[in-house]
Amino acid sequence: MRYIRPLSMEDAVGQLAGSSGTSAILAGGSDLLVRMKGGFIEPDLIVDIKAIDGLSEIRETGDGFSIGAAVPCAVLGESAALKKAWPGVVEAAKLIGSKQVQGRCTITGNLCNASPAADSVPALVAAGARAVVVGPAGRRTIPVQSVPTGPGKTSLAKGEIIEAILLDKRAPRSGDAYLRFIPRTEMDIAVVSAGVNLTLDEHGVVKSARVALGAVAATVLLVEEAAQVLIGSRLDEATLERLAKVCAGACRPIDDKRGTIEFRRKVAGVLAKRAATTAYARAGGK
Amino acid sequence: MAGVAVSTTINGDTVEFLCQADETLLDVLRDRLGLTGAKEGCGTGDCGACSVILDDRLVCSCLVLGAETEGRRVETIEGMAHGDRLHPLQQKFLEHAALQCGICTPGFLIAAKDLLAKNPDPTEEEIRFGLAGNLCRCTGYDKIVRAVQDAAIVMKGA
Amino acid sequence: MNFDPRFSGRKFTSVGTRPIRPDGIDKVTGRARYGADFNMAGQLVGRILRSPHAHARIVKIDTSKAEKLAGVKAVITAADLPDLTDGDAAMYDVLDNCMARTKALYDGHAVAAVAAVDARTARQALKLIEVEYELLPHVTDVDEAAKHTAPLINDTIFTEGLEEKPVKPSNVTKRSQFGHGDVHQGFGHADFIVERSFKTEQTHQGYIEPHACVANFSSDGTADLWVCTQGHFVYRQHCAQLLGMEASKLRVTSSEIGGGFGGKTHVWAEPVALALSRKAGRPVKLVMTRDEVFRASGPTSATSIDVKIGARKDGTITAAEATLRYSCGPYAGSWAEIGAMTAFACYKLDNVKTVGYEVLVNRPKTAAYRAPSAPMAAFAVESAVDELAKKIGMDPVDFRIRNAAQEGTRSSYGPVYGPIGIGPTLEAVKSHPHMKAPLGKNQGRGMACGFWFNFGGQTCTDLNIGMDGSVSLAVGTVDVGGSRASLSLVAAEELGIDYAQVKAIVADTSSLGYNDMTDGSRGTFSSSMATISAARNAIKILRERAAQMWDIAVDDVVWEKGHAIAKGEKHGNLGKLSLKEIAVESGKTGGPIAGHSELVADGAGVSFATHICDIEVDPETGATRVLRYTVVQDAGKAVHPTYVEGQYQGGAAQGIGWALNEEYIYGKDGRLQNPGFLDYRIPVCSDLPMIDTQILEIPNPNHPYGVRGVGETSIVPPLAAIANAVSNAAGVRMTHIPMSPPRILAAIEAVREWSK
Repeated sequence: MRYIRPLSMEDAVGQLAGSSGTSAILAGGSDLLVRMKGGFIEPDLIVDIKAIDGLSEIRETGDGFSIGAAVPCAVLGESAALKKAWPGVVEAAKLIGSKQVQGRCTITGNLCNASPAADSVPALVAAGARAVVVGPAGRRTIPVQSVPTGPGKTSLAKGEIIEAILLDKRAPRSGDAYLRFIPRTEMDIAVVSAGVNLTLDEHGVVKSARVALGAVAATVLLVEEAAQVLIGSRLDEATLERLAKVCAGACRPIDDKRGTIEFRRKVAGVLAKRAATTAYARAGGK
Repeated sequence: MAGVAVSTTINGDTVEFLCQADETLLDVLRDRLGLTGAKEGCGTGDCGACSVILDDRLVCSCLVLGAETEGRRVETIEGMAHGDRLHPLQQKFLEHAALQCGICTPGFLIAAKDLLAKNPDPTEEEIRFGLAGNLCRCTGYDKIVRAVQDAAIVMKGA
Repeated sequence: MNFDPRFSGRKFTSVGTRPIRPDGIDKVTGRARYGADFNMAGQLVGRILRSPHAHARIVKIDTSKAEKLAGVKAVITAADLPDLTDGDAAMYDVLDNCMARTKALYDGHAVAAVAAVDARTARQALKLIEVEYELLPHVTDVDEAAKHTAPLINDTIFTEGLEEKPVKPSNVTKRSQFGHGDVHQGFGHADFIVERSFKTEQTHQGYIEPHACVANFSSDGTADLWVCTQGHFVYRQHCAQLLGMEASKLRVTSSEIGGGFGGKTHVWAEPVALALSRKAGRPVKLVMTRDEVFRASGPTSATSIDVKIGARKDGTITAAEATLRYSCGPYAGSWAEIGAMTAFACYKLDNVKTVGYEVLVNRPKTAAYRAPSAPMAAFAVESAVDELAKKIGMDPVDFRIRNAAQEGTRSSYGPVYGPIGIGPTLEAVKSHPHMKAPLGKNQGRGMACGFWFNFGGQTCTDLNIGMDGSVSLAVGTVDVGGSRASLSLVAAEELGIDYAQVKAIVADTSSLGYNDMTDGSRGTFSSSMATISAARNAIKILRERAAQMWDIAVDDVVWEKGHAIAKGEKHGNLGKLSLKEIAVESGKTGGPIAGHSELVADGAGVSFATHICDIEVDPETGATRVLRYTVVQDAGKAVHPTYVEGQYQGGAAQGIGWALNEEYIYGKDGRLQNPGFLDYRIPVCSDLPMIDTQILEIPNPNHPYGVRGVGETSIVPPLAAIANAVSNAAGVRMTHIPMSPPRILAAIEAVREWSK
């Protein structure tokens, strides 16, 4: 087993691409080290990307935000500009693990771990976030929802690293929110979760919407039909009920140690309603 | 397997050690450096008993590789008191009987220290959520929360 | 020596104060040494290979590849721990649990072990051990296992306690029955009857410190064991017996213990570590991972309980009956029996009958967990009691007060009670401001009572007075939560000296006579009795020395407030001699001064508690929030009130976790799905409110200071108190613990469907 800490993306990509055997990318390590401890993975090469220039920064650009792959979630919470623009994404990121884990975990890692229950992913999907992927074949930008392909599986090729997550500049009268259900108040994996992102017109009518559900299918679900329910509404009671119904119907959950199919369906709808209400208020809707 | 040579700062002292690539900071502290104050309750970041502060961030040392600490600053429970002068949190934990078995205590003290450094005047709710990454099975947390509240008052006055 | 343990009312000077514990500084500075904090030169790392199967015959184990791996110093299987139990069935079960012999009986059952130069090598070696299993059908559910059609876990077991000797083997190992009167007749007199069935899932003690030990077996046949345990003398006995040693050849030192709650009362990996050390000829350190702790160390029973209670319109219970089925893991136990004894212990009943069935399942061997078996029985009974009060139209507290046991009541399990605290805790609850506080929408209040026996047992203590007048107190009951502070207070009280003058330690097994474990809430009760006895013996010597120094008759010397005083007019000019003044001269007056005590601490006073809690339920998700919690409990005498409060709060918190979220979840394959703190959800800090406590002191007549055990009773009422609160908040009776959000939501939805 080797541990390396490259200083450039090129070097990191080269080392990963050229490695034989199992390799692992280390940013926060809050998933990787747990898997190593459990004996689920024994990498021959660990590539620590935290020393790579720029990867530990949040940059505000003309187009929005670029969140480096090694930025710990705690830092997201400390960025006033990001919190103002994307409160739902930040609150999702801040729900991952404990304070201890917050100091280490990253949204890129959360995405690449490819858990259907990942907290930040429904919020990122709802936000329409994109991932900048760097690999032996160069650089490409893809929607975040195309990264996880199933539990523990991603679409990334050998040697590819996500360099940053991009969030668009906010249109006026926009708001997002993320809610998850856990049995305790902290320290749990989401049993079911919902991210909602809205933009309103001048009259407080929903102009565009994205609704994503977590832990109800093999990957996070972007529920187009739910967005259609919201668009054109002012989130009246009937709309919210319809939203809940559509979300419950869109779920393809399983029974497992964390919840039942019935529970996940029902609560997915409840959370979608509540998240939509919060997002609507954040967008300035009344 | 080749070892990784690491030079880091622990509780203000420069420390050099050789570790395996997959060895956690917790294992390095306990098995190589004899600093057994950080405890392994789970090894998966779920209990907080191994909490240390790494460059001003609270972390679980079981979720950090020893190799990652090159050139960084680590603070452990062993560095919390100054000589024989206890940190106010340590003193208040004693006065409030905020420990029974005591295995979680080093982790709680480190987490509480980090909490008060970032928020010197926390509400009860902020303390409870701030310490949610540290499990205690003996106390029901009541006396821990009170000790932190009391220490916050003392530290603000200092 | 004659020791009078009877309670004598006295004014306390030290007892009842709240000093800082003597082991405190070490624990806040990280210096205290727990099980895994000890190391020996040349030590090896021990690791255990565990069965991934719930039930399987072990056909063959091939360790040859592991043995050949560089760095491996010993590999052992059951063959290296031969059966030396000589017909002792309980010890045979302990042995088989430490290392499976012919069958793996649960997911996590040990089948082999290695000692290697480092953890990596040990881990690799485990992978090289080839075990051939023949899979057998398994059963993990207590009700399923009790059926005639269930896979048999042990075909040599026939149900004990039946009127007719059974002809077929069964997973039900024993039936036990308690009670008096005629329940059939009693129910005939009832105006209202509540009859319900309840289930509770299996929980773990959840101590934060995994089991850990360092074993050093010498070729001369002696050995040392450093270990976190609740009872090092018991560990010595068990290990010595299993390894074929004389007990005195094995010295066991108890480390600081990072929580036990009953789970560190019997050996798991320690005999394995000793066997590895014996084979390797080097010290072996063996520390369980968290996964191993959950899969292979002591959970509590899962239960299935039927309760029937009848009462007259005036609120008098006429009959009470319960059938209790408790899982034991794959080895026989007496868990249902204890449940059956405790179930109705709070009440004064003319007609009562409880029947317990012990049930084998393919789960880890059940171990004690804080007032073992009582919380589940209390959950069922106190839920039914609440429902019955509602049916009658009585306030649940008044209903309980009306039926509460009192001094002179014949308990449901046999003995007649002395002075007890159930009535006073109920009266205290009735007048507690918590009961009158307003509740909001979706909020409910519940209350419930609990009982625990408390134990005494064998105890040995040494009290040595140094020549500088300081006192060292060596006790043999492991300090699990501050007992060194309590026992120092007791020594200071009896000797009449300052708390700071006493230093208490937990002595190793070679330095002190045998002590039973710290279990049954006996630590402070029994060791304080032995400490008082030892102090009285030391005082006798101090008086003799003073008499010698004064050259007067010893009968003329009395001991008061830490001083020898010459009594009588003729000695008027002698003044007094402090303990220190006598100690300084001890070298010239007969040598060291010490007091010893060996006794069986009888008469542990039974203990009662009543809890109140407020819960909010989110009717859309089934989520719960504990808003407020109050514990009222009788302590007899609170030696160190702060640590008594701590016991009350800790027990309540564990009970809250059990009630709401903690459970062992097994898959269809018989494998444990949640062997970690991520999905075995013990309460975190933000889950709980402050836990208010009220200490009542109804002296135990069988202890000089009136002390009763306090550690366990506090976990008995919470399951029921919370179930009653949730039921009141959600408008639906909850009968299955834990009341996790999916279960609560399903119950609410069922009512919604029904009322449509």
